[in-house]
Amino acid sequence: MPVKVIIPTPLRAYAGKQESVEVQAATVGEALDSLTSQYQNLKQHLFGDDGRLRSFVNVYVNDEDIRYLQKDQTRLKEGDTVSIVPSIAGGTHART
Amino acid sequence: MSGRILKIRDDLVRRIQAHGMQTYPHECCGALLGFDGEASREVVDLLPLANRRNDSPRNRFELTPEDVMLAEKTARENQLELLGWYHSHPNAPARPSEFDREHAWPWYSYIIVSVQRGEPRDMTSWCLRDDRSAYEGEVIETIAAMASETGEFDRKYSSILDAHC
Repeated sequence: MPVKVIIPTPLRAYAGKQESVEVQAATVGEALDSLTSQYQNLKQHLFGDDGRLRSFVNVYVNDEDIRYLQKDQTRLKEGDTVSIVPSIAGGTHART
Repeated sequence: MSGRILKIRDDLVRRIQAHGMQTYPHECCGALLGFDGEASREVVDLLPLANRRNDSPRNRFELTPEDVMLAEKTARENQLELLGWYHSHPNAPARPSEFDREHAWPWYSYIIVSVQRGEPRDMTSWCLRDDRSAYEGEVIETIAAMASETGEFDRKYSSILDAHC
């Protein structure tokens, strides 16, 4: 079914400069797979080498964080909006 | 991305430095708001935010998705873009660490201010390469602020600090 995936500003350059992309998917995992199949350069920014979502990549279905739902198995219904929202982290080279 | 110019008013530079001094020896952090252009971007406002890393604030900072959404909303309401983020490196150089690189997003500008023994030192700005392999340095171009801009920002900055930090 068609669902909308909202692309955060720093990743729009890798998604045809679009704010959102419509994909066909029944779960969040399928939606992200479909998105990264269409726009393969997105993959390295969303997923680590182990194929799992990077820790600072947050995914919401409508307003719910998928960590509190069924993660990538979270089921989608027509008209749902999947949002990719960054968290930001950093720090110095060593403990000071 | 290499050598992109990041313009920023001198009063905003001082605010970032002051934030780093205020939170020393912990890391400070906040959002950079402004205008994005092809060859350069200009920071015209800041949104100081609280460092969410309570377990290791001396060498780490973190902002939640809610912080990011707040920064985006603040930018939108002021017809600006969320251009990136600033943070301090207490007692460490103003260059990105491996931890910074691993956690960085492309496109954003990342300003780092070194704070040595409580005093601000170097300030640098960086942008992650498309392939995530390294950061490219940005050239910080400081612009003299007009007195009216400084006064307005001082008032707004105080209320933002009270609300979010």
